[in-house]
Amino acid sequence: MKTRIAIIGAGVVGASIARVLSQYNGLEVHLIERNVDAGMGVSKANTGIIHPGHEDDPEKYPLRAKLCVEGNKLWYQWTKELGIPAKWPGELMVALEEEDMKVAEYYLELAQKNGVPGVRLVDREELLRLEPNANPNAAGALWAPTAGVMSSPMAAVALTENAVDNGVKFHPETEVRGIKVKNGEVKGVETNQGFIETDIVINAAGLYADRISAMAGIDHFTIRPRKGEYYIFDDDAGPKVRRIVHQTPTPTTKGVYVITEMNDGVMIGPTAEDLPEDAKDDTSTTKEGLEFVWEMAKKLVNGLPPKSRVIRTFAGLRPEPPDGRWIIEAYDDPWGFVNVAGIRSPGLTAAPAIAYYVVEELIMDKLDVKLTKKSHWNPYRDAFWFKALPREKQAELIKRNPAYGRIICMCRTITEGDIVDIIHRMKRMGVKTISLDGVKLRSGVMSGTCQGSYCRVRIANIIARETGIPLWKVSIKGEGTEYGIGDIKVLLRGEKNAE
Amino acid sequence: MRSEYDTVVIGGGPAGLAAAIKAKELGMSVLLIENREFLGGIPMQCVHPGFGLHYFKEDLTGTEFIHRIIERFRELDIEYYTNAHVLEIVPYSYRHKILRVVTEEGIFEVRAKTVIYATGARERHTFEIGITGHRVAGIYTAGEAQTMMDIYGIMPGREIVIVGSGDVGLIMARRFTLEGAHVKAVIELMPYPGGLTRNVVQCLEDFGIPLYLSHAVTRVEGKKRVERVIVTKVDENLRPIPGTEESIECDTVVLAAGLVPYLKVIEKAGVKIDPATKGPVVNGYLETSVPGIFVAGNALVINDLVDYVVEQGEEAAEGAYEFVKNGGLPALKWRKLVKGRNIRLAVPHYLADTKDVTIYARVAEPEENVKLRFPEIGKEIRLPFVRPSEMIRVKLRGDEIARAEGRITMEVVRDE
Ligand SMILES: Cc1cc2nc3c(=O)[nH]c(=O)nc-3n(C[C@H](O)[C@H](O)[C@H](O)COP(=O)(O)OP(=O)(O)OC[C@H]3O[C@@H](n4cnc5c(N)ncnc54)[C@H](O)[C@@H]3O)c2cc1C
Ligand SMILES: Cc1cc2nc3c(=O)[nH]c(=O)nc-3n(C[C@H](O)[C@H](O)[C@H](O)COP(=O)(O)OP(=O)(O)OC[C@H]3O[C@@H](n4cnc5c(N)ncnc54)[C@H](O)[C@@H]3O)c2cc1C
Repeated sequence: MKTRIAIIGAGVVGASIARVLSQYNGLEVHLIERNVDAGMGVSKANTGIIHPGHEDDPEKYPLRAKLCVEGNKLWYQWTKELGIPAKWPGELMVALEEEDMKVAEYYLELAQKNGVPGVRLVDREELLRLEPNANPNAAGALWAPTAGVMSSPMAAVALTENAVDNGVKFHPETEVRGIKVKNGEVKGVETNQGFIETDIVINAAGLYADRISAMAGIDHFTIRPRKGEYYIFDDDAGPKVRRIVHQTPTPTTKGVYVITEMNDGVMIGPTAEDLPEDAKDDTSTTKEGLEFVWEMAKKLVNGLPPKSRVIRTFAGLRPEPPDGRWIIEAYDDPWGFVNVAGIRSPGLTAAPAIAYYVVEELIMDKLDVKLTKKSHWNPYRDAFWFKALPREKQAELIKRNPAYGRIICMCRTITEGDIVDIIHRMKRMGVKTISLDGVKLRSGVMSGTCQGSYCRVRIANIIARETGIPLWKVSIKGEGTEYGIGDIKVLLRGEKNAE
Repeated sequence: MRSEYDTVVIGGGPAGLAAAIKAKELGMSVLLIENREFLGGIPMQCVHPGFGLHYFKEDLTGTEFIHRIIERFRELDIEYYTNAHVLEIVPYSYRHKILRVVTEEGIFEVRAKTVIYATGARERHTFEIGITGHRVAGIYTAGEAQTMMDIYGIMPGREIVIVGSGDVGLIMARRFTLEGAHVKAVIELMPYPGGLTRNVVQCLEDFGIPLYLSHAVTRVEGKKRVERVIVTKVDENLRPIPGTEESIECDTVVLAAGLVPYLKVIEKAGVKIDPATKGPVVNGYLETSVPGIFVAGNALVINDLVDYVVEQGEEAAEGAYEFVKNGGLPALKWRKLVKGRNIRLAVPHYLADTKDVTIYARVAEPEENVKLRFPEIGKEIRLPFVRPSEMIRVKLRGDEIARAEGRITMEVVRDE
């Protein structure tokens, strides 16, 4: 008989676990997510850095230190297999003052302890050669060449799609409300969509992992939100940076980053502001937070693009566990319950390694579930972008389907064909509500210069057509976020909208 | 499609259509490329009047106005593509550009002797005007809301706050009200309304819609959809004054916070940009710094009136015609148009005495009883008032331009 596993939370962590589990025989894996789509929680709004792994002290945070270094290596392969845009520019931890070099030296030691390749100190001259836009008065920097950047909003959806292609069942719009435990063993999860019977429950619920854990009777920790705010500049606004640039951490600030995103826009941020426990959905930006980011970033580099070229500000929430320790554990009581909770930064980096750790060390070793690898497992997601194809391929594609010849998002050059393909793939993955944000996560539409003011209505119109719902009912991210309120003349006549 | 055209027009709004019509009338081979599924540009979504008073000497709605232009365009049998997008313009030589165009029929490389760029403008959105808070449903730019209502027939919201009192914001306030929505306020950063007095009266006062001057929307709040906005008074430097925050309940925020020329494609071709207009630097033929690339309409400078846009389209076509006829524009002595007192922006940037030229300009501050003065050529025009929201349009004749040796200054001075 198959071992049934429920993973709660389709963030980058839960989706990575699903993908790794999909490589094995004899499993029935359910990935449960309360939002309309994967990746709409913490994993949507972060810096997108694939950290090298020299920032965690292995004595204090052994698991974090180890899994970050491993995750960095795994993403090198995973981003290629899954078609997630990524690049590897390396990272400079800049010492603004001479005495900050001591801090840099401390991180060099950690790099040595953690086995991070290539990390070394550089002087001002080399710093400026590696990053011409660095603050020319800086004392030097710690250079970590294995650092990368990826389109992180795409990560969880790409992982989920690939996991589903390999047999995982995805349950969006399904909220876990209880965990059934009997005779000291988990039996399944209660959801708003009914009961899902399982032998193992993996809690990867991000900011809400404390609540899920409490449902299984393990309530010794709380997850607090820690806010991070950002600016993103237009893709053609300079000056830019070539590397990932941040400052040597101080006791008070971990420092703001300046990076050039995958879409070519400079991004600066984040702040680190602790919020009360009940503010888990407060992803609002604030004047104070944004001003802080601006001031910090200005110290780091010689020049930032003008503020008038900012195209977006946003905030994300880190799920902070007590003492910063990730809670990745399997339990004897209740047997079958696994916490993957409090996965704060560098959780994106470590996600693939966390997934292998959970499957190999916890499920296979600790819970003693015997697993064998499938002989046929498809590591690839066959996603492509019209704009990234060679010209002959583009021409061929248009000949087969003229929708590839209609460019809908002018800022990011995304065609109607790309969007329709995404919608089809979303449906295949099990997404029930094709939302504007779902399309945006997968393609970058509406995230360029115009932020959707030109193309959003056209994209909504394509979704309406492909799903057979009225245009006004297309939502940004599910119920309550509908694009419009109804048909204009129907409303004016005081009648009710047809559904 | 042929492989080479005298001119390729990019953008099928009023500027592009007028340019294509003029170019065809002048005997050039023309191709027009429009990204959307229909021709017409912004006026297609404007069911209100206020179009064409100068050009047709009639007060038309946007759709009536553009219908007439499209009729003329069709009569001339001009080649065009809709649902087509120019990916790239390569300035291949002085006399030729190569355009890479994606259409439903395939990707074409088109050679053009000249290009007329008329892609219009994009709207400024929440993130660039310093609004913080939640990123929730119910926030639209005015043009997006207008497209939803007038092209797709759906209603954006019920309880509405409009940001910006330019003509676009004012007209949208009336439009929403006529469709049964409740416009709770129009919020304006400046101490004076941004639009025409006529529109303030007809669109706000007649409907009892409050206008908050010297105020900014500083924050949007809500869980899934907008629930309220925080409005703050601003000081004379337009900075929010702490302690003056006020909350307005609403479910919809509409941003009419100005337009910016949309230049993605020609910027990559290397044209020089004027930080004041945010459009390209052009000479009296509306040619950009890349020879043979001309620009017109809102892509050149943000216009209030469609009539000016059409005029610029025609001027750009005339420029392109000169270019094609002579294998380039003649070598000329260009005089720089210099912005003097109370002139915020002015186009064209360079003038020559070979032709009459129309100057479009905006002031920085409203003033009454002033003179518009060009000291180097001894020209003065009395104006009862000037306002930042109303574009100044003046003609300089070639012989007037010839009077200046070097620069030509344009300034607003008090009329003693
Ligand atoms: C500002 C910021 C910057 C960061 N920068 C980096 C970085 O540069 N590099 C890096 O490596 N890491 C970074 N991180 C950390 C990284 O983003 C997180 O560690 C990671 O995204 C956590 O993923 P997750 O899957 O645990 O959480 P989530 O993505 O939140 O996934 C949890 C999911 O569980 C779902 N859920 C919750 N409750 C329920 C329920 N009852 N029923 C069903 N579903 C439920 C949620 O809807 C959510 O989708 C950053 C984080 C932040 C906030
Ligand atoms: C709400 C509102 C109310 C208005 N009211 C009035 C009024 O009452 N009276 C008045 O006179 N004027 C009014 N105007 C102003 C008038 O509509 C504009 O000045 C005019 O439309 C500008 O014309 P344009 O051709 O420059 O640009 P647009 O009309 O914007 O046309 C540009 C076209 O280019 C296309 N395009 C863009 N990029 C590309 C590309 N790369 N490839 C192909 N095609 C592309 C666009 O899809 C668009 O169709 C109003 C404008 C608005 C927004």
